[in-house]
Amino acid sequence: MTAIIQTNRMLNCEGLACPMPVVRTKKTMEEMKAGEVLEVRATDNGSVADLQSWASRTGHQYIGMKEEGGVFRHFLRKSPENETKPETKHPHVIGNEELNRRMADGAAFTIVDVREPAEYSFHRIPGAISIPLGELEQKLDLLPKDGEYAVVCRTGTRSDLACQLLAERGYSAVRNVVPGMSAWEGPAERDE
Amino acid sequence: MATTAIQAMTAQALAKIILSYEKLFILDVRNTAEFDNWKIEGGATETLNIPYFDLLDGVDEALGQIPDGRDILVVCAKEGSSVFVAEQLAEAGRTDVHYLKGGMKAWSEHLEPVKVGDLKDGGELYQFVRIGKGCLSYMVLSDGEAAAIDTLRMVEVFERFAKDKGATIKHTLDTHLHADHISGGRQLAENAGATYWLPPKDATEVVFEYEPLEEGKEITVGRSRIRIQPIYSPGHTIGSTSFIVDDQYLLSGDILFVESIGRPDLAGKAEDWVADLRTTLYETYRGLAEELTVLPAHFGKATELGEGGKVAARLGDLFKSNPGLNIRSDEEFRAAVTKNLPPQPNAYQEIRRTNMGRLTPDEEEQREMEMGPNRCAVHDK
Repeated sequence: MTAIIQTNRMLNCEGLACPMPVVRTKKTMEEMKAGEVLEVRATDNGSVADLQSWASRTGHQYIGMKEEGGVFRHFLRKSPENETKPETKHPHVIGNEELNRRMADGAAFTIVDVREPAEYSFHRIPGAISIPLGELEQKLDLLPKDGEYAVVCRTGTRSDLACQLLAERGYSAVRNVVPGMSAWEGPAERDE
Repeated sequence: MATTAIQAMTAQALAKIILSYEKLFILDVRNTAEFDNWKIEGGATETLNIPYFDLLDGVDEALGQIPDGRDILVVCAKEGSSVFVAEQLAEAGRTDVHYLKGGMKAWSEHLEPVKVGDLKDGGELYQFVRIGKGCLSYMVLSDGEAAAIDTLRMVEVFERFAKDKGATIKHTLDTHLHADHISGGRQLAENAGATYWLPPKDATEVVFEYEPLEEGKEITVGRSRIRIQPIYSPGHTIGSTSFIVDDQYLLSGDILFVESIGRPDLAGKAEDWVADLRTTLYETYRGLAEELTVLPAHFGKATELGEGGKVAARLGDLFKSNPGLNIRSDEEFRAAVTKNLPPQPNAYQEIRRTNMGRLTPDEEEQREMEMGPNRCAVHDK
C-alpha cells in the first residue's frame, strides 16, 4: 500500500538512471519556494545515496525515504537561507533535554509540531500533534487558549514564528523547543 | 592524436593500461562514500573524486584540478553520470576524454587471464585476475581436459577460455564457501557436465548435490594425470581446503595471501576458528615444501600484482615477509585476527546464502551484492 504523505510537488524519475534523478530534482527544487516539500520517485538505487549527498551539499533538507515495491520515494524540503542561523524572538524557550525530562515526569502540556507533514511522518515526538506553520492560523481552534504548549520544528525557526503568532493571539503558556527535532534524542516515532 | 569527441573505454582496455603502467588520469564522479569504499587503483593511474552532482552547473570550477593534454577517464557506478561529465569536459575544450563503459559494475566483472606456468607433460596453469575486486580464479589444463578452481560467476569467460584451449571442463572446485563473491563453480559444472567439489564442512547448509572435497582424494586432469591434492586447512572457514597442483603450486584459497592472511570472522565464528587458522598457517603450511608457489584466491592491494597482473609468491619467501606468518605468541595472533578487522565484504551474508543455494538473486542483484572490494584478509600490510 502506498502511504499518503502530503507534499507540495511530486517528481517522477522512475526508470531513469543516474545522473537524471539528481539533475531533475535540482531543476525542480529551483522552481519551488523555500520550505516546500518535494517527493522524488526513483527506481535507480544509486539515487538513494546520491540524493542524500546532493541535499547535504546544497543545504536542502533530506527528510527521509520510503521504499515501496522497488520504488524509492525520497522526500526533500527546500531550505530557506536563514534557517541555518535562527533569529529567535519568542522569549520563552525550552531545551530539548528539559522537554524530554518533563515529558518523562508526566507534565501536562501539548506538543505542537509545526513542520511539514512529510517531516512529521518520518520522525516525531510521540504524542505531538501536527499543524504545519502555514496552517496554524486557520487551525487555532484546535488549541484551547488556556493550554500549555511546547512548539517544535526542525531547528527552532519555524516554531519561533509559530510561538510569536500564538502569543499575539492571546496564548500565555507557549514555549519554543530549541534546537528542535534536528537534535532530538528523546523517544521518537514514525509512520510505518 | 587528440580527439575532441568523448570515447568509451572498456574494462579490458583499462586493465591493459593499468598492467602496462601507462599514464591515465581518472576522474571518479561517484559520491564520496562510494569512492572511499572502493576505487580503481594500480599501475600509473592518478585519481580524483568529484561527485557528478557537484558538476551539475558545469565543470568550469573543476577544470583546474584536471590536467590538460593527458588521457582522462571519467568513471561512475554504471556509466550514465560519467558520460554526462565527460561530455561537459569535451565541451569545455578538453581532448582525449574517455568514459568507462559499463562503469564500476563492468570493472568489477572484468577478468584478466594470466599464465602462471607450465605443468608436467605439456599442461598449463592459468590465473584469472578479477582486477577490480581482487578475486583470483584458476584453471588447470592438460591434454584436452580442464579443472576450474574458485570460479567466479562470470562462467562464460571460463567456458570461452577452455574452448579456445580445446579443453573440456571436467571438474570445478571451491577451496571454501565464499563470502565476498558468488561462486560460479556449480553453474560451470552444470553447464559442462563436470563434477563440482566443495569441502563438506563448509557445505552443511547447502541445498544442492556436490562431491565432497576431502584429504586423500586426488583429482586428475588429462591423461598426463596432473594431480590436484587437497589439504585440509581450516581457519578462514571450517572447511577451507588448499590444493597442491602438480607438486609445484599451492592454491591457498583465503587462508594465505601474499601480503596478509585470511580473516576468521566471516561466518560469525572468529573466536572458534582462531586456533584452526593458527595451526594451518604455523604447522600444516610449515610442513610443506618451501619451493611451492603460493597462489591465493585474493589480493588486497594493486601492489600485490606482479608481472602481467600475476599474483604469486614462493612459500618460503612468505614465511619471511608475510606479517601474518610472523606472529610469535598465540595471544598476539588471536588479537591480530579478531581485533580491528576491516569492515566485512558488501552483502557477505547474502552472498554466503547464495553460495549455499538458499538465495537465488537475479543477475542484476548479484552484481549489486558484489559491489566493493573483497575484504577477505585480516588487514593490509
